[in-house]
Amino acid sequence: MQTGTANEPLVRFTGVQKTYDGETLVVKDLNLDIQKGEFVTLLGPSGSGKTTCLMMLAGFETPTSGDIFLGEQRLNTLPPHKRNIGMVFQNYALFPHMTVEENLFYPLKTRKVPKAEARAKVDKILQTIKLESFAKRRPTQLSGGQQQRVALARALVFEPQLVLMDEPLGALDKQLREHMQLEIKHLHENLGLTVVFVTHDQSEALTMSDRVAVFNDGVIQQIDSPQALYEYPANSFVAQFIGENNTLMGQVNAIDGDFCRVSFGDGLGTRASRSQALTTGVPTRLSIRPERIRLNGSSEGLPNRFKAKLHEFIYLGDHLRLRCELAGNDQFYVKVPVSELCPSLSVGDHIDIGWRDEDVRALDAS
Amino acid sequence: MTSIAATQTAAGTQPVTGLKAQLRRAERLKKIKAMLLVAPLALFLIIAFVLPISSMLWRSIDNTEVSQVMPQTATLIQQWDGSGLPDEAVFAAFAAELRDSRSGGGLGRIGRRLNYEDPTFRSLLTRTLRGLPASTELSWTEELISIDPRWNDTATWQAIQRTAPLTTDRYLLASLDLERNAEGQIVKVAENQQLYIQVFKRTLIIAGGVTLICLFLGFPLAYLLATLPTSTSNLLLICVLLPFWTSLLVRTAAWIVLLQSGGLVNAGLMWTGLIDSPIQLVFNRIGVFFAMVHVLLPFMILPLYSVMKGVSPSYQRAAVSLGAHPFAAFWQVYVPQTLSGIAAGTILVFIMALGYYITPALVGGPSDQMVSYYVAYYTNTTNNWGMAAALGALLLIVTLLLYMVYHKLVNQKQLVRS
Repeated sequence: MQTGTANEPLVRFTGVQKTYDGETLVVKDLNLDIQKGEFVTLLGPSGSGKTTCLMMLAGFETPTSGDIFLGEQRLNTLPPHKRNIGMVFQNYALFPHMTVEENLFYPLKTRKVPKAEARAKVDKILQTIKLESFAKRRPTQLSGGQQQRVALARALVFEPQLVLMDEPLGALDKQLREHMQLEIKHLHENLGLTVVFVTHDQSEALTMSDRVAVFNDGVIQQIDSPQALYEYPANSFVAQFIGENNTLMGQVNAIDGDFCRVSFGDGLGTRASRSQALTTGVPTRLSIRPERIRLNGSSEGLPNRFKAKLHEFIYLGDHLRLRCELAGNDQFYVKVPVSELCPSLSVGDHIDIGWRDEDVRALDAS
Repeated sequence: MTSIAATQTAAGTQPVTGLKAQLRRAERLKKIKAMLLVAPLALFLIIAFVLPISSMLWRSIDNTEVSQVMPQTATLIQQWDGSGLPDEAVFAAFAAELRDSRSGGGLGRIGRRLNYEDPTFRSLLTRTLRGLPASTELSWTEELISIDPRWNDTATWQAIQRTAPLTTDRYLLASLDLERNAEGQIVKVAENQQLYIQVFKRTLIIAGGVTLICLFLGFPLAYLLATLPTSTSNLLLICVLLPFWTSLLVRTAAWIVLLQSGGLVNAGLMWTGLIDSPIQLVFNRIGVFFAMVHVLLPFMILPLYSVMKGVSPSYQRAAVSLGAHPFAAFWQVYVPQTLSGIAAGTILVFIMALGYYITPALVGGPSDQMVSYYVAYYTNTTNNWGMAAALGALLLIVTLLLYMVYHKLVNQKQLVRS
């Protein structure tokens, strides 16, 4: 995890609220600091307020209350064309009547950069995105990935303090998307950019970001490094939204430091790491990642062991997923590498499964 | 190994020809189906469009009256060198065929045609016919000259000679204020007879003016329609189309009522105190512009709207985020992307305006009449199909030329729609 070099954050949201109709808040009391050089992703389902946040930062929406700062400057009243923020749009928004080169010159022209200097900058950025030979083409003559790179270059060529990206990879196919994720990440590292990235794709967020802010209902549910988000989700929304997840409903019996005892199903019980909000006697939702569950022999010696009924094998090439039934939940998945699976298993068998205390997390029951 | 290679080549080359034939067969069926589907329309277009237009174009150079009514005279007189008098054979043929022309309306046809050359020709023909004997002791030359001394005049026979060929350029020349003098050279007609160049200029100016006004009024409205929420924009779009629910004639007449000196507009202006006495708003150029812009505005708005609807607002946002002032973003990024709509709208309105007839005829003054007025005049009033066709043909040529120039200009901008 990368921390900012300056003490003062580059971007700062304080108490920002936004409503479109005067009745419901799309963004509720947002407080967010972004350090210089950081790659922050706003992640959330559609309608969670993440794009609205980005648009407020870009200047296309104004906050209903609260302040946004970029460095020392209060942005609320500054029109978008004076903010010096680069933006990559969802569908690239490359100007179709201009060539690649003209698109790249555009932000330099509006800033009245001298011709020779602008030329040098455009050439350099074309080299960075490896599209020198496409300078005279029109955007419609490029592939999706190339268009994406040009859009990126256009947002970077005038060296803005901040780059915003609004689901820039949504239109690409899976392979190209993964390639571009790395490419953007490398650009961020090499050029020392500060990036605010919006996506609804959790794997994209985990791959690229220094920090991820998970949005739901206009509120940041959790903001943390990808690893912390995955391992220690703060609430059940985050646990479900990030990665795969098995859930079991239970009740907290006792609190023991960072852990607690939870009873679930018919007289079963486990120790689990707990989120802060839990107290003795409240209902809870247990969250266990499918890959953290051990099977049969390898589950021996684990503190929490149970019998589960095997319902289905799902073959996925590099691994298998077993659909089991545990404590009445027949959507309980276990992820096993193909090589580690015992060949004698068959559907209907009762198998031993188990997990460590720290691999199961007791969260709010909602 | 070799046998495998052999079968592979066989499989690689031979079926290709078979494939091509198969493809052709499959395509042929598709083609026939497609042709059958468009056949009714094609037939309709040929009958209702291609044939009338080509016959109209032919009429503008058609000169067959004399050669049909007097085939022999026409053939013989074309061999005459045009000096002195033609020889006896011509006179004899003319006398015989003039006598025959009495039946079947032939006399009327050549009379009308020869009158274009000399307005007294028809009376000369009827006079000659009245005095024409069934046969003659003398030569037909002397006989005709004795009936009317003008048959002794070279100019009379030259006029007939000019009408003898199958085609003529006189109508087209006349439409451009030109004519052939006695030596057959193309010269300008006398200044007081010049008219059509002026009319063509006027037509282009009115059509161009109407197009520009429509563009300036229509562009903001189309932009508004394209950016408003769908429910509101649909309602406004119905308002744009509302004029189509009433007849063109009613709308034009309504403008006369509104704009006349005692009309609503003048009364309103006087009530506000902007003017003291009624101003002339109708039966002049102002009225023509008012009424034509009103009628043609939807034809500008609709293509603009359809193009603007497809331009994503994110382009302007992108330009603004890149540092362009919102107005510059609109001008540099939005407007160029609507060029194809502007092109379609202006060409549509301009071409429709070029052919406008009823509106200028009703709300315009005598000096606001456009080419189609004269086309109508020659067809309905004087029955001069040649002139009507020539004016129509020239209007068509001017329109096509302008369209080609325009097309080239627009294409040079290399419109790329996303």
